[in-house]
Amino acid sequence: MAEANYPDDLLYHDQHDWARLEGDDHAVFGITWYAQDSLGEVVFYDPPEVGATVDKDSSYAEVESVKAVSDVIAPMSGEVIEVNDALTDTPEKINEDPYGGGWLIKVKLAQPSEAEALHDAAEYRKLLEND
Amino acid sequence: MAVASWVALLPRKTLAGPTGPARFARHAFNTLPGVSTAQLQRTPLYQRHEELGAKIIPFAGWEMPVAYEGIREEHSAVRTHAGMFDVSHMGEVEVEGPGALAFLQRVLSNDVAAIDPGGAQYSCLCNEEGGVLDDLFAYRLGSDRYLLVTNSANHEADLAWLGRWSREFDVSVRNVADRYAMLAVQGPHAREIIARALGIEPAARMRVAAARIGGRPALACGTGYTGEDGVELLIDPDIATAIWAELLDAGVVPCGLGARDTLRLEVCFPLHGNDLGPDRNPIEAGLGWCCREEAGFVGAEAVARARTEGTPERLAPFRIEGPGIPRQGNQVLADEEPVGVVTSGSFSPSLEVGIGMAYLRSDFAEPGTGVEINVRGKRRAARVASKPLYEKER
Repeated sequence: MAEANYPDDLLYHDQHDWARLEGDDHAVFGITWYAQDSLGEVVFYDPPEVGATVDKDSSYAEVESVKAVSDVIAPMSGEVIEVNDALTDTPEKINEDPYGGGWLIKVKLAQPSEAEALHDAAEYRKLLEND
Repeated sequence: MAVASWVALLPRKTLAGPTGPARFARHAFNTLPGVSTAQLQRTPLYQRHEELGAKIIPFAGWEMPVAYEGIREEHSAVRTHAGMFDVSHMGEVEVEGPGALAFLQRVLSNDVAAIDPGGAQYSCLCNEEGGVLDDLFAYRLGSDRYLLVTNSANHEADLAWLGRWSREFDVSVRNVADRYAMLAVQGPHAREIIARALGIEPAARMRVAAARIGGRPALACGTGYTGEDGVELLIDPDIATAIWAELLDAGVVPCGLGARDTLRLEVCFPLHGNDLGPDRNPIEAGLGWCCREEAGFVGAEAVARARTEGTPERLAPFRIEGPGIPRQGNQVLADEEPVGVVTSGSFSPSLEVGIGMAYLRSDFAEPGTGVEINVRGKRRAARVASKPLYEKER
């Protein structure tokens, strides 16, 4: 997508990652419009294994554009229950649809209360303005 | 999201230590360690780049566009149509006088005497130990007048070096970098578009022709750094924006340093600061073809020795055989033993795999040899290839 966009139904980590809460203790993770725009065309996503543990504020994967590498930071802790396999063949979905087809992993949350530390869309937009 | 390291694009000396993670900021690339934005120079086209929405990065002391619409699109425009690069950051040195040929034969590795007026030649500038101080094109503009085009990061040091050696010769060495803006127009349609849009006949491959562009004296050179046919224009900085606009109107696609790097890597052109440096001689870099030791250039003894005795390591291209993108600094392994280091690595837009060049122990540098690349802790299978990695289908 060409224009900056930060949906209101997501929670944001200040390292430019998002989480969409599902039910009481599940979430989907991805990277924000700002992150994919800064990186440029994503050509490679190396997902974690299903069953792996991800830790809040720590890297769980890498996305690469032609010339840059970025760690992807987990906004919350948990266990990976699904990875977006479609990105192996079409990593550009991370650019085209960062909140939809470009999702990265689904997680069973270890501590759903970690959500309280994340930003809502308005706060995240403000963070970007002050950056 | 934390790291954005524009490793391959930055000269080694701008990176403080190992290429550690740089923090993501509004322009992540501006925050790399050791890069100050305070004293960066801008080309006459800087404003145009901003208007086109280019991503700008610090490069060799300049603020340069790394991409406009995207590296892949720009790369493909050059392979299939025509793209243009603002390379005004590159340096120009004019060498003139009765001793010009003898002087250049002394400092440049190639056979300068073989360049006839209107000719162009690639060469290395070596130190006494045969290390590569810079790689450059020499254009013969007249019977005793030559123009050298240097890498911007080395321009000042080259000038000092050339000045030092020129004292023994009847020659003047002038820094004329301010006199030129430089546009590289590259791609299968570059020539016809330039002929139509600018009304000039560009020089043939590896030739240079004087021309009038925008009503001012200019040089149109049949050279480039992309593996495609094309032209490099050396023009008056005052008319650079007008010429840029004319070429844009004629359908030439603006391209940044990102595509320039992927294009040159696919055809295995070395980049000074990555693949070449004062600690590497032309022989191990695979540039023996542009060295004529009999001519007695500075460093020739060392180069001759390296050619005769062979070198412990050699620069070799490789491609990854599966997922993963190699990057500068990655270690190369064979049978669990370190056998080399990647000096340039990238995703190849044409081949759609990870590619690179590495200095490899010579017994592992033969095409076809299987190796592994340690890409940030993950072993990626790779195979040494022959040059070029990408070849146009004919």
